Amino acid sequence: MSETIKNFLYLNRKAPYGTIYAWESLEVVLIGAAFDQDVSLAFVDDGVFQLTKGQDTAAVGMKNFSPTYAALGDYEVKKIFVEKESLEERGLSLDDLQHLTWEDEDDDWAEKDSIHLVTRAEMAAIMDGADVVFSF
Amino acid sequence: MSTLHTVNKSPFEKTSLEACLGHVSAGAAVLLIEDGVYAALTQTSIEARLKGALDSVKVYALGPDLQARGLSEERLIPGISVVDYAGFVDLAAEHDKVQAWL
Amino acid sequence: MKFAIQVNEGPYQHQAADSAYFFAKAALEKGHEIFRVFFYHDGVNNSTRLTTPPQDDRNVVERWAELAEQHDLDMVVCVAAAQRRGVVDEGEAQRNGKDATNIHTRFRISGLGQLVEAAIQSDRLVVFGD
Repeated sequence: MSETIKNFLYLNRKAPYGTIYAWESLEVVLIGAAFDQDVSLAFVDDGVFQLTKGQDTAAVGMKNFSPTYAALGDYEVKKIFVEKESLEERGLSLDDLQHLTWEDEDDDWAEKDSIHLVTRAEMAAIMDGADVVFSF
Repeated sequence: MSTLHTVNKSPFEKTSLEACLGHVSAGAAVLLIEDGVYAALTQTSIEARLKGALDSVKVYALGPDLQARGLSEERLIPGISVVDYAGFVDLAAEHDKVQAWL
Repeated sequence: MKFAIQVNEGPYQHQAADSAYFFAKAALEKGHEIFRVFFYHDGVNNSTRLTTPPQDDRNVVERWAELAEQHDLDMVVCVAAAQRRGVVDEGEAQRNGKDATNIHTRFRISGLGQLVEAAIQSDRLVVFGD
């Protein structure tokens, strides 16, 4: 859709359901996927809560949008950076998060991990390298 | 790539300033706007944190937001520069991108 | 320089819409271009023509409209966010069976692609939110 390719970073720092930011930011990612940019998602601070397994929203009457994260691989969104310190501060580990994957067509459709656990320092470098940061 | 980071909430209300300072690279700039300007005051519990940050990044506070909140420039941590909206625009243009910590 | 501005919050509730407005105004006064102002989340509420703010306070919606008029700005309201929050234009009213519209003429409802395009085409994206 465009000749310019920028390094896009979608910055997620808020928990899901308490506010709409987590869901509406995901909607931008999905629409944005069609624009063939170099996309990364960053989950920092309470943003890491967006990726937890076993979300059941029936009793709060809200749409459970967590399955959408699992679909990101189909949208070619495969650089999902989760900050290690943010997880640890919240008593979480990678095991508490959904196992997100994508299929590499250049490697016989091998299933690969989309989530990359990074340190705060590595996350700072990733942020530094972005051309555009979307905040919600 | 040098980034202009914006922080719009008070450091006593939200952790956005701390999150920002934990991710800035040397040479970046942090602009405090809206309630974020409260972080620029001397004698707060986070003064040392801000002073420490000044070693590697430039910190600015938006003048109109200070004035709105009755904060005179004499009460600011030395080393923090005050800019107006025109200055905000200049900072956004000078740096390679703007990153909002909401 | 070409700026894209994203406004995440509605008028009055947060200062975001005010900060965004003054940034946009200052940028234009300096001769920069505002490629688009994109209203997302509760920011879509900046586009209702039905507000009646107190006489002694600023009129956020009209202020945006005047700036847009003066500088021929593209003020876009996200369709999904607008539908959720009841911001309606003629097209949306017809499509969704609503008996009224409330959007100010200076704003247009469109898709999230407009935000992504603005980020690609502009030199800087500046986000104002909570």
